Amino acid sequence: MAIRREENSLYGPDVLAYIQRAAEHGVYDIRGLGAKRRVPHFDDLVFLTASMSRYPLEGYRERCTTKTVLGTRHAKKPIELAIPITVAGMSFGALSARSKEAIGRAATAVGTSTTTGDGGMTPEERESSKTLVYQCLPSRYGFNPDDLRKADAIEVVVGQGAKPGGGGMLLGQKITERVAAMRTLPAGIDQRSACRHPDWTGPDDLAIKIVELREITDWQVPIYVKIGASRVFNDVKLAVKSGADVVVVDGMQGGTAATQQVFIEHAGIPTLPAVRQAVEALEEMGVYGEVQLVVSGGIRTGADVAKALALGADAVSIGQGVLMALGCNAPRPLDGGTHEDVSADYAKLGTEPGYCHHCQSGRCPVGVTTQDPSLELRLEPTEGARALRNYLNVLTMELTTLARACGKSNVHHLEREDLVALTVEAAAMAGVPLAGTSWIPGRRSSEPGGW
Amino acid sequence: MTVLDLEQLSVREINYALHHRDSMESVTLVNPGGAHNLAVGLDWPGEVEIRGHAGYFVGGMNKQATITVHGSVASSVAENMMSGLVRVRGNASQCAGASMHGGLLVVEGDAAARCGISLKGGDVVVGGRVGHASGFMAQAGRIVVCGDAGASLGDSLYEAVIYVGGGIKSLGADAQEEEMTEADVVVVRALLAKAGLAEDPARFRRVASARTLYHWNADAQQEY
Repeated sequence: MAIRREENSLYGPDVLAYIQRAAEHGVYDIRGLGAKRRVPHFDDLVFLTASMSRYPLEGYRERCTTKTVLGTRHAKKPIELAIPITVAGMSFGALSARSKEAIGRAATAVGTSTTTGDGGMTPEERESSKTLVYQCLPSRYGFNPDDLRKADAIEVVVGQGAKPGGGGMLLGQKITERVAAMRTLPAGIDQRSACRHPDWTGPDDLAIKIVELREITDWQVPIYVKIGASRVFNDVKLAVKSGADVVVVDGMQGGTAATQQVFIEHAGIPTLPAVRQAVEALEEMGVYGEVQLVVSGGIRTGADVAKALALGADAVSIGQGVLMALGCNAPRPLDGGTHEDVSADYAKLGTEPGYCHHCQSGRCPVGVTTQDPSLELRLEPTEGARALRNYLNVLTMELTTLARACGKSNVHHLEREDLVALTVEAAAMAGVPLAGTSWIPGRRSSEPGGW
Repeated sequence: MTVLDLEQLSVREINYALHHRDSMESVTLVNPGGAHNLAVGLDWPGEVEIRGHAGYFVGGMNKQATITVHGSVASSVAENMMSGLVRVRGNASQCAGASMHGGLLVVEGDAAARCGISLKGGDVVVGGRVGHASGFMAQAGRIVVCGDAGASLGDSLYEAVIYVGGGIKSLGADAQEEEMTEADVVVVRALLAKAGLAEDPARFRRVASARTLYHWNADAQQEY
């Protein structure tokens, strides 16, 4: 008799494997990187570049400014960046010291900032980064006033797009003696990154906390507040009310070193509506332009950057794309040619290049997210810095190319009016018209942009 | 001795003066009026006396300095202190000594909830009682409570040790009472002496981590 294979949309192969794995082991999955499932994103938007009604600038020739200033609200020394593309916070512990060094060198070369992460600031990172943002996280691992005063900006992390409302996990296999010492915990045990700050419990407290950080640093450097995208409209308003110079909004596609998969795929909202809600919150408070907005979560290409800026962001922040430029998910590590192919090491993790999300394991085949002494040698910092510099330069060139085609001599002049959406969902989430129409789903006909 | 008056100077001016002192070995702040963020971020082996009540974060991130508050304090006194001494003559609100890395915090009165939360080193000595969830996720260092401890004491403890002279309403997840050894008595006696509190160290009980939550799959049991 012929075998019939009737597809089950509810219990497909992935769901079946999940149930079987849960039944066999009795534990849930923890993994790295971000949401894998398809959600409305920047790919669902396109630019209305210039033609008869708009006047374009000449390709790659005419000047198009990318200078970006963050933290103008209260700080004596706002951050001045050459490009609106920054590197997101990623911890030493999750990443090797060599990865952090490569990131710092590349960011410095292109004139942008990098960010510490849970676990504190390493000397390698500070020395290699011209502009370094120091995170103040709930765990406070390695947090100290000396490093605070070395920072060019401070980022109070309330949440992360991959796991808003949830803490983090750094599994014991990545806790070397050095990592453990920085975090004041025994080596080899799983380290929980707390989900709440230890010394403040709400936005009124946060306002005082921010002043404390300003007092300690004599009001010199900007204070960012980073939130994971969930109730973005209200959260951004509260961050502003708390005194933030810069609000960082991280959408659900944002990455993590390790957290429960159920968080990664099922908590928070996509970056696309998060940008719109954040901008609306700033506009309603009358601080758009005064408080800068940084957006992260699935920013991969120059087009993504341009679209985020057009929707109202002042800058973007990239984590996963940075790791991929350093070799994440590539078959060959950036080790100067020592290894031609490390697919066998991916196979040991039960995966292959292109599908790996095993940052939590500490067995990164390309040496990016590991503390293993032999594996971390697979990322040569000079080569990594070169690759990342190239990647950031390509993003910048693509960004300016699109901006010029929209007739802008400054990438910050990109505007929502330059965009339309390809799907109804994206139109509703981004607050731009569906292509070929003037319809923004969710708007009344009497509202601006309404149909 | 230098006297700085909060009725004449702003908190910002006072902190700036403390950060950029010339030769002030001893500074007295008068009329604090419960102001927040007093004497934060000091890195100087001098003495600061605060004559009255102080608000949030007093003595925050202190290094080296000896800070005495002749009154009560609001939330998060001496948060993230690295070294030195912060002494509160009155009571402290919640999160006293949060995430301290070193030094000694003495609260002569009571401390509210989450005292010693996320402690990473150093010592906290409380003359009176502490509120719920004190010692939450405390990683290292010691907390001495002369009076009673509220509910969920030492919840999710790592390597910090808590000594309690009075009653314990309840222990938090993964916290357990352990035998008080002679070495523990020596530790408590020394800390009480440093704090200037006349208590009998022999009556204290020791609470530490059972270490059952040190690996994430423990929560598969869902029993805590």
